[in-house]
Amino acid sequence: MGRVEGKVAFVTGAARGQGRSHALRLAQEGADIIAVDLADHIPNIDYPSSTEEDLAETVRQVEALDRRIIATKTDIRDRDAMKAAIDDGVAQLGKLDIVVANAGICVIADWENTSVDVWNQTIGTNLTGAWNTLQLTTPHLIANGGGSIILTSSAAGIKGLPFLSAYVVSKHGVVGLMRSYATELAEYNIRVNTIHPTGVNTPMGTLGGGAFGPLLEAHPKLGGMLANLLPIEITEPVDQSNAVLFLASDEGRYVTSLELTVDAGNTQF
Amino acid sequence: MGRVEGKVAFITGAARGQGRSHALRLAQEGADIIAIDICQGVAANNAPPATEEDLVETVRQVEALDRRIVATKADVRDFDQLKAALDDGVAQLGRLDIVSANAGIAGSPHAAEDIPEEEWTDMIDINLNGVWRAAKAAIPHLKASGNGGSIILTSSDAGIFAYPNIGHYVSAKHGVVGLMRTLALELAPHFIRVNSIHPTTVNTPMVQNEGTYKLFRPDIENPTQKDFADAAIAMNALPIPWVEPVDISNAVLWLASDESRYVTGVMLPVDAGAAIK
Repeated sequence: MGRVEGKVAFVTGAARGQGRSHALRLAQEGADIIAVDLADHIPNIDYPSSTEEDLAETVRQVEALDRRIIATKTDIRDRDAMKAAIDDGVAQLGKLDIVVANAGICVIADWENTSVDVWNQTIGTNLTGAWNTLQLTTPHLIANGGGSIILTSSAAGIKGLPFLSAYVVSKHGVVGLMRSYATELAEYNIRVNTIHPTGVNTPMGTLGGGAFGPLLEAHPKLGGMLANLLPIEITEPVDQSNAVLFLASDEGRYVTSLELTVDAGNTQF
Repeated sequence: MGRVEGKVAFITGAARGQGRSHALRLAQEGADIIAIDICQGVAANNAPPATEEDLVETVRQVEALDRRIVATKADVRDFDQLKAALDDGVAQLGRLDIVSANAGIAGSPHAAEDIPEEEWTDMIDINLNGVWRAAKAAIPHLKASGNGGSIILTSSDAGIFAYPNIGHYVSAKHGVVGLMRTLALELAPHFIRVNSIHPTTVNTPMVQNEGTYKLFRPDIENPTQKDFADAAIAMNALPIPWVEPVDISNAVLWLASDESRYVTGVMLPVDAGAAIK
């Protein structure tokens, strides 16, 4: 018997990286998946954008686990498209129990080189996209008689990290969103929590860091803020997924409004 | 394959309640257990005391799961006694991976200025110093294993915010958080993770007794469990009066297992949202 057997989970940003890992970990433990991803070119980022092939590969891997998946190429900033993807997925899979608001972007730039475009794009995706996800899925969770929402924040949602101002602000905002929804939805037996990763071994986490180099050389005092307390460089996507699984499952049935750091102690350092 | 297969866990206060539940949940997932409990009354505590029969029952239930358990009657106020029990357990079971510093008392309610000094001292000695002694005795074994470890300290929602009229309990449980943070910092180079759990009221003998009912319902002369439930449900955000021991154990299990191998320094509330109210 899987730990989320028979449940249905909606995962954003599911084409690869943490999102794909969450879809697979939940599917391994018995959940069916509704997946969305932009799967298209993203301007301004230093790492490759996810593709339709990536999303198709997530579908293949979930189906290989003998679970169902409804995957749609969808921009979380587009409310009409999001509502359609969510409602269609729930109609096909019958209900909704788990929401993982995972999709996000990260652009490295110091304060003066953070453009209006990057600011709006980061807040629009990481924060407003998460709000779209929650507001549009919540009616289905209420109809289900309860559920679990997990938002992906970051160590940068608890402390300031250098050269990421738009990202830091968006991820702090996600905590406010979590707390608001946890408070308002408790009466419906819906739990709302955040996870706070440190660096994760994904395309976003490993291929986009080059811009840090010269900035940290120019401001060496700030480098230590990126270090982990446990003696590791980076976590794996499955470490984040194991936290999502705990919060999604009935093992976490009385856990709500928690900022769960999966950060190798980064925020304690 | 269990989620903590082959690991050994040291649990204080394991005769009943949350401690027994932790022992069973970890044993269900493949761990062997080193258990201690004082198995007798402690001054100024509302709850009826755990007994030696309770500890024997924990042993029986762990063994029924086909896991090994070394259980000793020992007091967390006595470092030598605690250390001897743990050392003996490690000698018999071969290693140590997990520590659940769970033993604690509820005490007896008083306004802060009315707490008798003896009750204050007992509370700190059990609920804070006892947690420190468990960690102190266990850390050399965890370091010796060379493959890290996980220490879980049982704090409380009263370790996050104050409830009135249990200032000694609130102070001890807040202190546990300071200990957790210090240990997390100091032990990280050894890959030993340290986290705290923060239960709301749990359905155990420590909570389900007349003393607690009166603490929650000073407005009623002889409050019943139902009267307590009415007050307790108002405290939580999720619409329930208390959580079950297994809910705390599931959090302990997750923190104890390799699923959380990069989680350290976390205050994990299992509190039905009481802390957000």
